[in-house]
Amino acid sequence: MIEFIHTEACIECDKCVAACPDLVFDAVPEGVPMLARREDCQTCYLCELYCPVDAIYVSPRLAPEQALDQQAIINAGLLGSYRRALGWAPGKPAGAAGDLSYRMHEDFPGGLGEAWKRSSRGNAKA
Amino acid sequence: MTMTTELSCDVLVIGGGPAGCWAALTAREAGASVVLVDKGYVGTSGATAPTNSTVHYIVPDDATQRLGMVGSRVKEGQPFIDPSWVERVYDQTCANLDRLTEWGYEWPRNELGGEFRGNLRGPDYLQFLRRRLRKTGVKILDHSPALSLLQANDGVAGARGVSRAYGRHAAGTWDVRANAVVMATGGCAFRSGATGTFNLTGDGYLMAAQAGATFSGLEFTSNYAIAPATGALTKGIIYRSASFSDAQGQAVPRPQLFRKLADGERVFAVLDKAGDYLAEGYRQGQPNIFLYFNRMGSDPFRVPYEIRLFYEGTVRGTGGLLTSEQCETSVPGLFAAGDVVSKERLVGPAASGGGPASSWTNASGTWAGAAAARRAREVGARGAERVVHDVTDISGASTSKDTAAAEKDIPYREAFERVQAQVVPLDRNYFRTGEGLRAGLAELDALWATRHRIAPEAHADTPDGQVRAQVRLHELNAMIASARLFFTSALAREESCVLHRREDFPQSPASAPALPPYHIHVSGLDTLRQWRVPLAWTPAAPRTQPAAIAEVATA
Repeated sequence: MIEFIHTEACIECDKCVAACPDLVFDAVPEGVPMLARREDCQTCYLCELYCPVDAIYVSPRLAPEQALDQQAIINAGLLGSYRRALGWAPGKPAGAAGDLSYRMHEDFPGGLGEAWKRSSRGNAKA
Repeated sequence: MTMTTELSCDVLVIGGGPAGCWAALTAREAGASVVLVDKGYVGTSGATAPTNSTVHYIVPDDATQRLGMVGSRVKEGQPFIDPSWVERVYDQTCANLDRLTEWGYEWPRNELGGEFRGNLRGPDYLQFLRRRLRKTGVKILDHSPALSLLQANDGVAGARGVSRAYGRHAAGTWDVRANAVVMATGGCAFRSGATGTFNLTGDGYLMAAQAGATFSGLEFTSNYAIAPATGALTKGIIYRSASFSDAQGQAVPRPQLFRKLADGERVFAVLDKAGDYLAEGYRQGQPNIFLYFNRMGSDPFRVPYEIRLFYEGTVRGTGGLLTSEQCETSVPGLFAAGDVVSKERLVGPAASGGGPASSWTNASGTWAGAAAARRAREVGARGAERVVHDVTDISGASTSKDTAAAEKDIPYREAFERVQAQVVPLDRNYFRTGEGLRAGLAELDALWATRHRIAPEAHADTPDGQVRAQVRLHELNAMIASARLFFTSALAREESCVLHRREDFPQSPASAPALPPYHIHVSGLDTLRQWRVPLAWTPAAPRTQPAAIAEVATA
């Protein structure tokens, strides 16, 4: 569930307001968006990706955190960690080339694993 | 102040996940003017957006690859599935992936630099499709849930709904007249909590049922998926590498997993069977799974973590609207694509998982879009002259006009929990019995009969608050209607068959069902009608010869 917007980093672009599929945020004139409907958050982390300045933190737990140390999360470098793991540029898709999911498909036994091994193009594996 | 948006177009698409996007793009390319409405935001909406979805497809001119892909479906779904249909779906998917390449989509690469097209990263893929939609001139209405179809005497003629307020957009209503409509609203997971399913409340089933549509295979819906106990992300593939244990550290064999969890026992998983190479593949391929562990500071490859099950209904299950090969429903002018459609011909009584379901969104989206554009041309200019009316509106939104506030004595939350209490528990919906299903259906029928007494959720007394209460009530009605369709179908199939387990009828192996394969069809709203029909196709052998492949490519 979404936990906080880092107010010092937020540039008030309101991209999260539009992008959230469940409308968790409300825009605030001349201000940082507010978490108006946290209970609707489905923990999809997509607001983190759409944020161009890594100012949003979504906890991986479904239930709200009882005690959360914002500063510790910021210090631990967790803001923007999903974006970096995907290789996205700030607020923009990138880095799909680094997706190594093919390994889990090629691991299937029998014909399906064989089919996946033959599905990569333009290299010796094909 | 409320805004009213009135539009007319050739094709209206309801739902902006991959199926809706492909339908809109295809209809647009065929020359139709297209409006796409989505309950959320096109780009983040639906079950695909937060995941990295596998996509199955057939590589041209490689009989071994073809046989491997189709063979995996045959193995899980025989004798129910139609292998030639699997090929048709996977061939169409290959063509769509070629289109994505042509439009500049960035594909994963293996360590040799080879391109791999078997995964579509949700956030990248859907934002890419959104840009394409905008570039081709499809009109998008975000945060605009549909509430009812519009009907003319010759078929479906549009839909109406509401728009939520966000940013500078005010709350309001919309009314879109169209010569054809594509329903692409996804499956129904009854708000069980699995990531990506929050908005998948069966709205399309309700709207289509109101218009008189027929459904098929809704008994193949007892799909539950594993997630960390306090997390929400259900991704089954990593559990191929897992060992399971109970609270005492005793090994739990996989077939006993569901029984133990149903009995309230704690079960733990550890991904100890993945070697370093595969573990790196998981981590670099599916970072959303590992966010949970990274942020909790734990290592799922070494340290056991508690798991639970989420009900996923038709999001990864199988049944849905009955459609023709062109993805037209039994209602003229109404087409359908993606998870809202029955996938029986592709996956049989088995789960559609990620790979086949993702292919289905590609293929059915393309076919539904093309067929809707054809229908729009046939209707042509007479579309504008048609007398259009609301499909009889049974949702609480309109009945509330006739019901005094004092008579609304069932709190929203209570009604919602009553639906979940029937649908979510493993003992009711995974380990099914005739007795349990009948009791569940009686409760759901009672809830349906008293739906006008459900008091809307309390919301701010603003236009958006009113819209929101209306949407929540519509979703609740959709969940009740969907659950009744599911349970009616499940009662009618008196045998156990993969995704439909009847404790009172023995499980027959998929390869040798007790009865010849047949379909359970269901339709209706207040009174549901179900009937049995013989398998609607003759399972044909898959093509494996290059000559046959060439034939498909030129067809």
